[in-house]
Amino acid sequence: MKLPFLPNHDDASFFSFLTRQHPELTPGVRRSPDLPSVQHEPARPLQPVTVPHATTVLAVKYQEGVVIAGDRRATEGFQIAERRIEKVFKIDDYSAMAIAGAAGPCIEMAKLFQTELEHYEKLEGVQLSCEGKANKLGQMVKANLPMVFQGLVVMPLYVGYDLTRSEGRIFKYDLAGGRYEESDYHSIGSGGKDARNTMREHFKKAMAEAEALKLALLALYNAADDDVGTGGPDLVRGIYPTAKIVNGTGIIDVAESRIRAIYDEMLASRAAKER
Amino acid sequence: MPMPYYVSPEQMMQDKAEYAKKGIAKGRSIIAMEYVDGILLAAENPSASLHKISEIYDNIAFAGAGKYSEFENLRKAGIRHADLKGFMYSREDVTARSLANGYSQSLGTIFSQEMKPLEVEILVVQIGHNGHTNEMYRISFDGSIIDEKQFAVIGGKSEAVQAVLKEKVPARPPDLRTALNLCIAALEQTGNQKLSLESLEVAVLDRTRDNRKFRRYSPAETKQFLA
Repeated sequence: MKLPFLPNHDDASFFSFLTRQHPELTPGVRRSPDLPSVQHEPARPLQPVTVPHATTVLAVKYQEGVVIAGDRRATEGFQIAERRIEKVFKIDDYSAMAIAGAAGPCIEMAKLFQTELEHYEKLEGVQLSCEGKANKLGQMVKANLPMVFQGLVVMPLYVGYDLTRSEGRIFKYDLAGGRYEESDYHSIGSGGKDARNTMREHFKKAMAEAEALKLALLALYNAADDDVGTGGPDLVRGIYPTAKIVNGTGIIDVAESRIRAIYDEMLASRAAKER
Repeated sequence: MPMPYYVSPEQMMQDKAEYAKKGIAKGRSIIAMEYVDGILLAAENPSASLHKISEIYDNIAFAGAGKYSEFENLRKAGIRHADLKGFMYSREDVTARSLANGYSQSLGTIFSQEMKPLEVEILVVQIGHNGHTNEMYRISFDGSIIDEKQFAVIGGKSEAVQAVLKEKVPARPPDLRTALNLCIAALEQTGNQKLSLESLEVAVLDRTRDNRKFRRYSPAETKQFLA
């Protein structure tokens, strides 16, 4: 039955609906027949566009779930484009994602993914499984591949609480949409390697929540110490990294006061070492 | 080529309307009622998984009476319309009025142009917040759209239920418990039988919830709530 004046589609995926019917709104898909194809001038090779880039984000497992955190800086070349950008997004009641890469497309992908999961839940009457959500995100990363060649990389880090297994799970992706599960912790972005080094040294299985949060913030601090693209705690402006906790009860935003308290203690002990 | 028999447009419309009305009256009624914190939706539904009431968006809900496959299709199209609008613009730009207009246009076009009209009657309701009033739209098989206040009834013996409710519904919105009891009483009175709570589908749009206001009550929760 075709309905006039209302969108017709026969698939529970919002992403596929958008790709088919509104390609101009779909990130990564620019194959609308109405749009003229870009002609490259041979004298001027295509330059990657410069846009703000979001950097280090990480996720670390603990006893009851996962802590996911990110710094607040976006850079554009050697400039700081944004000091307060938010890179950790709540996606639905049991999952969150953090992003690294070109800030605009990253935020757009998070928004699309939120809509996608809500859309599926409303149409089908049930939520997707944790694995199903992770796979769907992989397809969206894959669809973004054409944009990667223009320098607009989008790298998500996805964490979800698997209700059937009663555990938190972490998924990382590659540019071609490959999806890999991490068993303990992971970090991506320009300071990702530095953050991973810290977590490797201090990670323990089945940590308590407070311990895992402290480790996540320490890893971000160390990443900011070594990587220009990563922002540390900004004491002058009062800007601190953000974190969310994903567990069986849902998603909890970690209050800024709690993060500030952890950093105050950490900075005091660091300062004591220098004396 | 044989000429088709001439049927006057008036006669044709009348026949179609009768056909659709018959289909809708076969089912059972669904009631939407304003209560103090939002809108209550209640329907007699023997199936626990094939819903008549569902969520469309943050503060918009949908109910359909008549042929399941047809209103299910309308429900899905409504969710697509709402999610697309929310994605393209912003979440607050999704309104029941625009959705009800889309439904009205669709149903109207199908009624006048297709052989078989849709045997459905639907409700689109939205709760208002920050001082805005609630909106309740009842849309019929022919696309006619009626803006209801306090309560709305679709499907089954809707006129009888409406008459019962008109007598009983207080001028000021009642609390949820009173509203639900009123709905059950009206459905029982017109159905001439005791309603089992197992076969009652209940959902609310609750203004006090954050973000997505729609909440479905399972039969167990309804029982507990009324106990």
